[in-house]
Amino acid sequence: MPSWAPLSKEELAKARAPLSEEQLQQRRMVRINAETVTDTSATDIPGHWGPGQDDSWNLERFRKSLQITFHQNKPLDATFSLIGVDASIANAFRRILIAEVPTLSIEEVFMLDNTSIIQDEVLAHRMGLIPLIGGHEGLRWLRRFEKAPPKDDFAAQAKYDPDDVEDNAKTPNDHNTIVLELDVTCRWANEKEDGRDGRKLAKEGSTDPTEKYINSNVYAKQLVFKPQGEQVSMFAGENAIRTANPDILIAKLRPGQRIKLSCHCIKGIGADHAKFSPVATASYRLLPHIDITQPILGADAKKFAKCFPKGVIGLEHDAESGQEKAVVIDPMKDTVSRECLRHDEFKDKVKLGRIRDHFIFSVESTGQFNSDELFLDSIRLLKAKAEKFKRHLTELEEGR
Amino acid sequence: MSREQYQPPSLASGSNPGATTSSATGGFNVTGEGFSDTSRPVQYLCGDCDAKVSLKRGDPIRCKECGYRVLYKERTNRMIQFEAR
Repeated sequence: MPSWAPLSKEELAKARAPLSEEQLQQRRMVRINAETVTDTSATDIPGHWGPGQDDSWNLERFRKSLQITFHQNKPLDATFSLIGVDASIANAFRRILIAEVPTLSIEEVFMLDNTSIIQDEVLAHRMGLIPLIGGHEGLRWLRRFEKAPPKDDFAAQAKYDPDDVEDNAKTPNDHNTIVLELDVTCRWANEKEDGRDGRKLAKEGSTDPTEKYINSNVYAKQLVFKPQGEQVSMFAGENAIRTANPDILIAKLRPGQRIKLSCHCIKGIGADHAKFSPVATASYRLLPHIDITQPILGADAKKFAKCFPKGVIGLEHDAESGQEKAVVIDPMKDTVSRECLRHDEFKDKVKLGRIRDHFIFSVESTGQFNSDELFLDSIRLLKAKAEKFKRHLTELEEGR
Repeated sequence: MSREQYQPPSLASGSNPGATTSSATGGFNVTGEGFSDTSRPVQYLCGDCDAKVSLKRGDPIRCKECGYRVLYKERTNRMIQFEAR
């Protein structure tokens, strides 16, 4: 029959039918073959599947298909599955986590004395990278300090309008700036204060600086928080601003050397400087999918299990053949190494893939906020952006 | 002109910076205007024994403890501001 022949009733019904459940599952799959990756882009676009399939965006359907399950939720390390969103949305969350969630960090360093081996500039840079923690309520209460862009940054200068900035945000004050101080002097250990004579130890051949000297190492825990004004109540007791990791080594000193400085910490975003990024890493991967199309039995099953990381493939007794049969236990653990596709005995027996709308997020906070809180913040920020965009669109429509 | 008599050029004397280079004869501010107290002692550190040495103008450059002739100037006690970037 020629291709232009009119469709029969059955054919017409088939063309107008929506996708079956099985087809719907199939189109969620990214296919991974021995040397290629296919079906990488999503096809749930209205009109893609003909008139029968309704792919228009629908809040009710989205609500039903959206799913978030936590695999691990520790303050510094959260892993969770975000199922049922487009890659663009998942990627937006990741990027917002890295670059746009505001975080407190050291921004100005006022060097009063630094006779240590480490140069002022380098020391200031190191100070900036130290992650800080404090009471979450206080940190959220803290406002942004809007710094005027540097004189030689013309692009930023052009965008900057001092009238846009609130008066309160132009000058450092207790609502937008945290003051930390560091004053450490190194000296020889002496009998009277320390119970050991460093000079004597040195003569006896001691090479351990911590034994001979006092304060030979400057640690992040030696930073002292100086609450200003209202901060006294906002950051009282255990809510005080301190370093997330007390044992970060800032500098090394020798007797007579001293570091005395005070720091101004402000809120900023990761897009401005990496020190403001609230996460160490925020990444996602797609859930691997292993489809065993024909039973893999006996010695082959054992070999098949060895092609995957431990715990991905299990062996089960198969009643039909009386042999061990390979079954998929936990595809989450798979690294998609494609090792099984290299062996001829598994040819046409296995199909590898990833599920396109199943994102396994991994968020590792630097300590200032909990990882799950950060994800919620990223959602809040994306929502705010969307609302802002909508507002602009209405303004455009109204011709303002 | 001996070293002790040298006066650094001062902008207060009215000459622009370019002019000071060509003024080997004049142009130096010999009145000491702007440099109020040249007799104020300045702290140095001995290069050998690390002792603090305070020297006034005209003093021999020599450590008072050990006689070593290399002295180091101390770091400024002024605050210096840095951006932690």
